[in-house]
Amino acid sequence: MKHMRKAAVVALLSSFALAACSSGDEGSEAAASGSGADAAGGACAPAGEDVTLSFTTWIPGIEGVVDIWNEQNPDIQVEVQTGPNGLGGTYQNFFNQIEAGNAPDLGQIEYDALPNFRVQGGLEDLSACEDVVAAESEFVEWTWSQVTLGEESSIYGIPQDSGPMAMFYRKDLFEENGIEIPTTWDEYAEAAAQVREAGGYITNFSQTDINQFAGFVWQADGQWFSTEGDEWTVELDSDPSLAVADYWQGLLDEDLVATYPAWTDEWNNAYNSSEVWTWVSAVWGANSIASGAPDTAGNWAVAPAPQWEEGGTDAGNWGGSSTAVLKGSEHMYEATKFALWLNTSEEALTALNEAANLYPATIAGLELPVLKEGVEFYDDQPIYDVFAEAAKQVVPDFTWGPTMTQVYADASDGFKAAATGSGTLAEALTTGNQKTIDALNAQSIPVAE
Amino acid sequence: MTTTAVRTRGTARGPRDSLMSRTTAMIIMSVFTVYFLLPIWWLFVASTKSTGDILTSDPLWFADPQLLSNLGDLFAYRDGVYLRWLGNSVLYAGLGGLVATLLAGMCGYALAKYHFRGREFMFSVVLGGVLVPATALALPLFLLFSQVELTNTFWAVFLPSIVSPFGVYLTRIFAAGSVPDELLEAARLDGSGELRTFFTVSLRLMSPALVTVFLFQFVTIWNNFFLPLIMLRDEALFPVTFGLYGWNTQLNQIPELRMLVLVGALVSIIPLVVTFLSLQRFWRSGLGAGAVK
Repeated sequence: MKHMRKAAVVALLSSFALAACSSGDEGSEAAASGSGADAAGGACAPAGEDVTLSFTTWIPGIEGVVDIWNEQNPDIQVEVQTGPNGLGGTYQNFFNQIEAGNAPDLGQIEYDALPNFRVQGGLEDLSACEDVVAAESEFVEWTWSQVTLGEESSIYGIPQDSGPMAMFYRKDLFEENGIEIPTTWDEYAEAAAQVREAGGYITNFSQTDINQFAGFVWQADGQWFSTEGDEWTVELDSDPSLAVADYWQGLLDEDLVATYPAWTDEWNNAYNSSEVWTWVSAVWGANSIASGAPDTAGNWAVAPAPQWEEGGTDAGNWGGSSTAVLKGSEHMYEATKFALWLNTSEEALTALNEAANLYPATIAGLELPVLKEGVEFYDDQPIYDVFAEAAKQVVPDFTWGPTMTQVYADASDGFKAAATGSGTLAEALTTGNQKTIDALNAQSIPVAE
Repeated sequence: MTTTAVRTRGTARGPRDSLMSRTTAMIIMSVFTVYFLLPIWWLFVASTKSTGDILTSDPLWFADPQLLSNLGDLFAYRDGVYLRWLGNSVLYAGLGGLVATLLAGMCGYALAKYHFRGREFMFSVVLGGVLVPATALALPLFLLFSQVELTNTFWAVFLPSIVSPFGVYLTRIFAAGSVPDELLEAARLDGSGELRTFFTVSLRLMSPALVTVFLFQFVTIWNNFFLPLIMLRDEALFPVTFGLYGWNTQLNQIPELRMLVLVGALVSIIPLVVTFLSLQRFWRSGLGAGAVK
């Protein structure tokens, strides 16, 4: 009998942890039902005592920037935690943590993911904070509309950085071959044919960077989503969107653009070996070229993006993040104080630019001394002047949908097929439109017919 | 072709056939060896290059090797956070693997050697645990740990790692075959307590199985990516796999990280290789012992 009791102990000991696992489901239900209650928030008042904020982001080197704040503000200390980028897991973690009621006070959220968090009720509305409301005029207009999500009286984050688009091009190759630098998309298509004759490709059409394509649609004054009250309208196949798709389809059909998968070695190599001559991309692309195509140093220049109408001045945007206060934070006042400092003060913006090449979203930030210098890789051209112009010309009011991950995935599937010759980009958008509506319906998000 | 025909031909041309089959086997094995070693070779070569050379030079051959300076950069980057991650991984996988092995060994031994009510049921429950993928448990575990406020701590990764249902299964089967009841009876007659018998007699007899369980669990914990991803926010607690992944997602922003990710990946496989090489002796005898019984 004695050894049997001990046996039971041994066995129980080993299976204890296992039992803990299997009861996890109950745990999650309990947490889910509990998470509704703790959403106090709403007020934007100082805590009246020393506060420690947690801030999750994936900006490399941000610790140094936060240290500056912590030294100056002993009463509001910020603990920064860095992890993988948003789609790499941090967004999913935010959702899990919001559900469990232990989300960080502040989180980095890209503009295209904000509506998702808004729809899931994961964000605090910052419009209760006077400082935040007053800060609107400091930001480039369109970046502010990216965080208000088209709502009159709500603010869901502080714009952090932006990605205005312009055209990187190989000025040496264009010069040698006597090709004019295109200023409209029509000229761009003509140049594409000339470049092809010279043995190159004018650019690479990326099937996977759907947000680059969205930037093109954005520039063409197109919309993919709009909201009226709680209802969403999905218009991936709106006229401007289809026009952009047809334009690129034309280039694809005539084999005037390369179709390497973006961000791969082949893609870098295509730029490095002078096979591909231009890239209409965001401001942060300056670094991608410099690192991916080191052999071409000194041969690149930057010009405004080609226009749909002659003499036009519209720009698109690709990328950019906000600093949001996540649901359940008890220190909205302090959190917004820090977020405003981080994203508007010259010292923070300069430090962020130096640490991670972030391009500011404030009007004053576009004129930072560090952004006035010539860049060696671009033959000492002060390239950021071009982007500062573009930043002011980005079409306002482009709206992201609440299920962008799904939109990107579905559109990317269609785009890949189009790049290999089966189907067209326009078909991909039409199919994507229907799949997006299905996805919204599946999540019980109201869709306007 | 009938079996007889094969046999006749086999005896008639035995030596030649065996030479042929040996050659075939060698060729197949060589192909697989190259297939498996090529990525490691690539990783090694890439780790010796500068960030620019990684993309522009021949991927399978050296260009200005600078492994030492790359290693220096890796260990110096952000005050040596990489070494911290490596240490964390060794702690999670090493300590977690040891505890998991001990627990699994005790459990499997008890299930094999003691008769008690509900034994088979308990064993079935444990077997069921083998079928549930760890990924599926990560989110429930996160919510559970949130309740007791243990997320973002060492325990959040360590505690779930010390459970190995597969280990329980393996040790039970092994204990049933390799620990004779007579021996236990003799130990009892000599006045040894159950725990003492377990630790001094049975544990040693079971050691090949335990090494196998340890290796499995070590590798599983080392490669477990989803759990730390969900549980941890503080960089100081990251295991090396998760830390490297974080760097890798930032390549578009900070392209210089590419070199660090590659060198970091190379260094991070060294502990795995060392563990395997030093324990494979035991492992082989462990797998073989089960096979002939």
